[in-house]
Amino acid sequence: MAESRMQKPPKGYSVRTLPGFAIVAIFTLITLYAPIAILVMFSFNAGTSMAIWEGFSLRWYQQAVANEAVQDAAMRSLFLALVAASVATVAATMAAMATTRTRHFPGKTMIYALINQPLMVPEIVTAVALLIVFAAIKVWTGHTSMIYLIVAHTAFCVPFAYLPIRARLETMDLSLETAAQDLYASRWLTFRRVTLPLMWPGIVAGLMLAFVISLDDVVITEFVKSAGQETLPTYMLGQLRRVVTPEVNAISTVILLAGAILVSLFFRLTSKRG
Amino acid sequence: MIEIDKVTKTFGAGDVAFTALRDVSVTIRENEFFTLLGPSGCGKTTLLRLIAGFEPPTIGAIRLSGRDITRLPPNQRPVNTVFQNYALFPHMSVAGNIAFGLEMLGKPKDEIAKTVDEMLRLVRMEELKHRKTSEISGGQQQRVALARALAPHPEVLLLDEPLSALDLKLRKEMQIELKRLQSETGITFVFVTHDQEEALTMSDRIAVMSGGRILQIGNPREIYERPSERFVANFIGASNFLNGQLSAGSVTLEAGGTFTVEPPQGVADGKVSVLIRPEHVTVAGTGTDGAALTATVENVVYSGEATVAHLKLKTGEAIKARASNLPGASGLLETGVQVGVSVAPGAVTVLVD
Ligand SMILES: Nc1ncnc2c1ncn2[C@@H]1O[C@H](COP(=O)(O)OP(=O)(O)OP(=O)(O)O)[C@@H](O)[C@H]1O
Ligand SMILES: [Mg+2]
Repeated sequence: MAESRMQKPPKGYSVRTLPGFAIVAIFTLITLYAPIAILVMFSFNAGTSMAIWEGFSLRWYQQAVANEAVQDAAMRSLFLALVAASVATVAATMAAMATTRTRHFPGKTMIYALINQPLMVPEIVTAVALLIVFAAIKVWTGHTSMIYLIVAHTAFCVPFAYLPIRARLETMDLSLETAAQDLYASRWLTFRRVTLPLMWPGIVAGLMLAFVISLDDVVITEFVKSAGQETLPTYMLGQLRRVVTPEVNAISTVILLAGAILVSLFFRLTSKRG
Repeated sequence: MIEIDKVTKTFGAGDVAFTALRDVSVTIRENEFFTLLGPSGCGKTTLLRLIAGFEPPTIGAIRLSGRDITRLPPNQRPVNTVFQNYALFPHMSVAGNIAFGLEMLGKPKDEIAKTVDEMLRLVRMEELKHRKTSEISGGQQQRVALARALAPHPEVLLLDEPLSALDLKLRKEMQIELKRLQSETGITFVFVTHDQEEALTMSDRIAVMSGGRILQIGNPREIYERPSERFVANFIGASNFLNGQLSAGSVTLEAGGTFTVEPPQGVADGKVSVLIRPEHVTVAGTGTDGAALTATVENVVYSGEATVAHLKLKTGEAIKARASNLPGASGLLETGVQVGVSVAPGAVTVLVD
């Protein structure tokens, strides 16, 4: 807001004086945040309704924490997000190095496209495709562990980890690496002592973004999971088909909080320079 | 001693191929302050990058103290660089930057600490040891870059326009400091600049480059007083170019006057062009008697320490005469008057072109 005021054109033109600006702004804010505010509010409802306020209580949080299905799904979600985000971040780091630290080579654009494929292909298409392939593999091997979910989540997390890492590497002065080599550093030590420390904020940002994306995923998870492999989002989806209680609100509020913390950390890390 | 032996560097291939260095040969002596001087894009940085090992030459060889280092990676060459943009590591302190090369060489801790302190003293930065490199001034960064490159005590230090980002006063100070460092450390300096005055005041020898070639190598005096070709003369200092006839060791100018010269090798008797520096030309006074040349005053420019008279010879050739201003000297020449012009003995240089 402060920034937009500073950049105001000199003639006194302001977007605020445009007809309807206030209405559009208020409408947008309400549609974005009112439902979330209501969701959070009703997570503290003392009654079982998601529409009628009956006073403040923490009973739904207590119930959610005590619910073994929720515990199970939460642990699975965290485990899955941690493993998938970590593997994806390692892969993304290598991909970012390869696409920023090499001269232009034929097919480089193609590689960008391949890395970013999950951003371009509709998620439902990927989900169906994975379902078909994994189903065949499951039948063929009889193996039904979490590995399918891990592979799927890792794959769609890669571009989210890749983007901040690549952005970081691109703004990094290449002559720093040249200087390190000039000062007797081998390729490995150049990476270890110069490149890695300088790209670290990008890596952490990528890891957190990938973690949030994995934690949040419904579509692909729903298609790929085997029986009894509920994650928090799929568990909640399942609940909605039955009796809906503010327990879902409580779980949502916790996920919201975790996501908000990670995303704001992400912005702090990516906006800090040097 | 660095030997650059018939080095050619071509970037790219096919239609986009660009030859940045063409058949460059030069031997840089031990302990020398050697300067590469030339206009932007002439290949100075490219030559430094080849010596440092950041790029391989397309053709030719580079030897250091007799050893062929043409294909040696940069981290195995006893050569350090002061980069034009300094390239200090932003995540390390001043001391951390200076220690980096020594750490990579696996020197013992106490030796590193000792050398770092020594270097900080050498560049007069003791107080700022623990500062971040983003929290020091441009001139201080430049000195840290210098200390970082000197700390591993390389055989050769490459400096790519290290002073170009500094203001005039700091620049003069750093020029003196660089000379001091070079004589104190005994390291060979290869220095890049496109500032002719800087090159003349600092160097033992200068190589003047243009379009990927070395045109002339010599000490500052030779380069200034005996430039081999018009480009070199023009690039360094102000010049007058006149036409004349060379025969048997003397030149007769078309505008008049005969001067004894030492013609460079490969110039045959006949039509030549010669260089005369403006400070070697004096306006002999109004009237034309006595002087070999006569000219008309076109324009007179006063510039504080000197006055430059722009004259036109009877052949239509332009010639500048530069005279130091003495205290209490009387008024300037008037434009349009006829004057006699004399040229100091030995001031006429025959050019190769
Ligand atoms: N990697 C490269 N690929 C293609 N051309 C290059 C490359 N590096 C340099 N050149 C070209 O080679 C020529 C010489 O470049 P170089 O950087 O050596 O010039 P310079 O003498 O250092 O100039 P300046 O004084 O501007 O720094 C330039 O025309 C430049 O465009
Ligand atoms: Mg350059």
